[in-house]
Amino acid sequence: MSIKTEHMVLNMGPQHPSTHGVLRLELELNGELIVNVKPHIGYLHRCFEKHAEAMTYPQIIPYTDRIDYLASISNNFGYAVTVEKLMGIQVPERVEYIRVIFGELQRIASHLVAIGTYGLDIGAFTPFLYCFRDREKILSLFEMTCGARLLYNYIWVGGLSHDIHPEFVRLTREFLNYFRPQVEEVNQLLSYNKIFIERTANIGILPAETAINFGMTGPNLRGSGVKFDLRRNDPYSIYDRFDFDIPVGDGRMGTVGDCWDRYFVRVLEIEQSIRIIEQALDQIPEGDVSSAIPKRIKPPVGSVYGRVENPRGELGYFLISDGGLNPFRLKVRGPSFVSLSVMGELCKGHLIADVIAILGSIDIVLGEVDR
Amino acid sequence: MKSSKEIFEILKDEFGDKILELKEDIPVDPYIIVTPDSTEKIARFLHDSSDLQFDSLMVLSGVDDNNPVKTKNEDGTESLSGGTLSVYYHLYSIPLNHKIVIRAVTEKENPMVQSVESVWKTADWHEREAFDMVGIRFENHPDLTRILLPYDWDESSFPLRKDYKNPEFYQGMKIPY
Amino acid sequence: MLELFTELTGNALLGMIINSLIPLVFVIPLALFFVWLERKVSAHMQDRLGPMITGSHGWLQTFADVLKLLQKEDIIPADADRKLFTIAPILVFAGSYAAFAAIPFSSAYIGSEIDMGIFYVVAVSGLVVAGILMAGWSSNNKYSLLGAMRSVAQIISYEIPTVLVILSIVVLAGTLNLLKISEMQTAYFWNWFIFGGPEPGLIKFLLIPFMFAGFLILYISSLAEVNRTPFDIPEAESELVAGYHTEYSGMKFAMFFLSEYANMFVVSAIVSAVFFGGYQSPFGYLGNSLGISWLVPIEQFFWFTAKGIFFVFVQMWLRWTLPRLRVDQLMAVCWKYLIPYSFVNLIIIAFLELYR
Repeated sequence: MSIKTEHMVLNMGPQHPSTHGVLRLELELNGELIVNVKPHIGYLHRCFEKHAEAMTYPQIIPYTDRIDYLASISNNFGYAVTVEKLMGIQVPERVEYIRVIFGELQRIASHLVAIGTYGLDIGAFTPFLYCFRDREKILSLFEMTCGARLLYNYIWVGGLSHDIHPEFVRLTREFLNYFRPQVEEVNQLLSYNKIFIERTANIGILPAETAINFGMTGPNLRGSGVKFDLRRNDPYSIYDRFDFDIPVGDGRMGTVGDCWDRYFVRVLEIEQSIRIIEQALDQIPEGDVSSAIPKRIKPPVGSVYGRVENPRGELGYFLISDGGLNPFRLKVRGPSFVSLSVMGELCKGHLIADVIAILGSIDIVLGEVDR
Repeated sequence: MKSSKEIFEILKDEFGDKILELKEDIPVDPYIIVTPDSTEKIARFLHDSSDLQFDSLMVLSGVDDNNPVKTKNEDGTESLSGGTLSVYYHLYSIPLNHKIVIRAVTEKENPMVQSVESVWKTADWHEREAFDMVGIRFENHPDLTRILLPYDWDESSFPLRKDYKNPEFYQGMKIPY
Repeated sequence: MLELFTELTGNALLGMIINSLIPLVFVIPLALFFVWLERKVSAHMQDRLGPMITGSHGWLQTFADVLKLLQKEDIIPADADRKLFTIAPILVFAGSYAAFAAIPFSSAYIGSEIDMGIFYVVAVSGLVVAGILMAGWSSNNKYSLLGAMRSVAQIISYEIPTVLVILSIVVLAGTLNLLKISEMQTAYFWNWFIFGGPEPGLIKFLLIPFMFAGFLILYISSLAEVNRTPFDIPEAESELVAGYHTEYSGMKFAMFFLSEYANMFVVSAIVSAVFFGGYQSPFGYLGNSLGISWLVPIEQFFWFTAKGIFFVFVQMWLRWTLPRLRVDQLMAVCWKYLIPYSFVNLIIIAFLELYR
């Protein structure tokens, strides 16, 4: 006699502690074993692309803040770079340096959230608060400059909304000196913890070829061992002037491209961001930050694809202009949207607990997935 | 590393009349216009050819070109019809570090483009989004369903089309409520 | 103590009731204290302050929380099995409360001095399993069910190493009575079983490493039995939302919550009773040296509580430091490591005892 069994369908989300927002994962389970995962997205869809078609170019910037709300400055940065590319604007040196400093500070802040919440997903609560404590310090630096802690509207087409505070350079240096040892603390507490390694090594292995085919970018791609970083391979702004390494996953704890590698690439990237900021702080010239801001932004007829290295990967803006004051079409290529599409591939044959580990390791922001 | 011109020549040699035009005169990115019924073959070639090696599809975007044909009706009013939808493929080759933009233009009345999901897996969700927002149907796509909009969204309503009108009702609820 | 209460009230039943209520008077404030302690410990470990508003350093916070929970609407999901859903938290609390009956608080007070004390504690803690399974099943929620199944598998598995380690102490002590086991480890701390027990000699020193191993096994498996990190898989917040008590709210939730903290104290009390002298002071009693005999039980009660709180503190320390294991890894730890080690440990201790 054979017993008739059927798979259990478990809806993880849209309200669930570790889906990092409102994501619904439809899990087909055989006991606790995953047979199939189907992500359902769109719960946070805010019609960014439709909005953009109805607004002038500067009006769009506050909306870009809200795409990936953990890395708002990087979104501003990408948009500004794209529009400047289409209009052929050359921004002043000082602006470029400030943009790089802010972009990298934002990268650190965003990676701190990624690392902290990843610890939380695996069950370690304390590293999460350590990371948020340090993130708060970065947000204070941002607040000092542009008055906002989360959505900045700081980088404008052709310039910046404000110059930096006179104390900014000193305080940033102070912060970096304080912050450097903190990374080591997180490593001791989380990265090299035996249980953490057991939970993440050899889980959700993403081979380099699959990663490229699925369009993975940023730390997720580098975690698979591909040395590819837009700041180096397709430099924008002034990233070609700085000396920094591109950390890649090396399978130190298991196989190349597993969750631990993806996680650890982020930890290592924090170190590199600190190096870039220090170099930029040393070289930052005096000057005006608003001289190149055009009075009226009216790009010529044409199309451009601008991409920058967001903390989560390649953030691309595909902009078509019909010569008017509004974009004809503005398509955003969110790294999280692309990364999330690989979930089904990664989860097969793992356990429920691993789904959380994998979802955390690809580090998505639902605001960007749904836009 | 190859320029758009060289890539265009290679494609022209391989596919002949499927490759329509190289548009270089407008800023910033030049693009190659291809016919929508052969995108999969072209994509496969771009991906596999050792000269090109486009292993990465950066983004796939559906665009409403907003070029309807004006026709004068008998009673003197004008009506709009026809026009085209486009799919833009932004390709990048990590090993060779070169880029190209491919554009497939299709009729708005019956927008049908071959899916490239079998070449680049990332196209899966991008194509679903293009279907969802602009209403382009992708031939041979494994699961062409709504992705960002609700599954029960009106079947013939695509928000990113230029002639999109806000619906008055959604599932019996008045908009705006 | 039972006789005393019977005499005082002149009624055997009333005496019994009073006798059995004493642990409750002790347990509920203690559980509330542990909830507060957990929040303070975690806060200070994480560079925060924790509750600070309600009372000095927020000591009234948990009272406020319990009052809030008492006032909350009692929600039972429409499709839940109402009877089981209501019984489950009571059963869980009863399980952890009943365990206090055989735990000696001091030489003067033990709820019931039964000869099978430790056996009873282990057995009655098993009641919690039934309660958890009921809660998971009756909630009619997939997360609850998964949590309950994990919990039951985990608790049952980890009872084996617990019992094996306790058995090795029973081999040394020759009794299951917790009061007698505590009484043996009197005088100074080198008489504790963790240091080889009260009988002097070479064997005592040979026993020490195995006792430490036994203690570690017992402590680890007791962590798993009370579902604490790194073994908090049944209620793994990031996976199963809240596991078996996902659907519970109000006072029913509070009962699960309080019994969890009460359970933490029970296992700590067992650990301290079998390895760390129970209520015995590590270095003699002030009451003995001053000649005030009634001071001794009070001191004993202090030591008992202090040891219990220390081990609870260590549990909290671990919780706020370590990540969580996966369910298969948890089982592997138990069946592949703890059980074989505890068997070997038991055999070695038995041999040493045989050739004493």
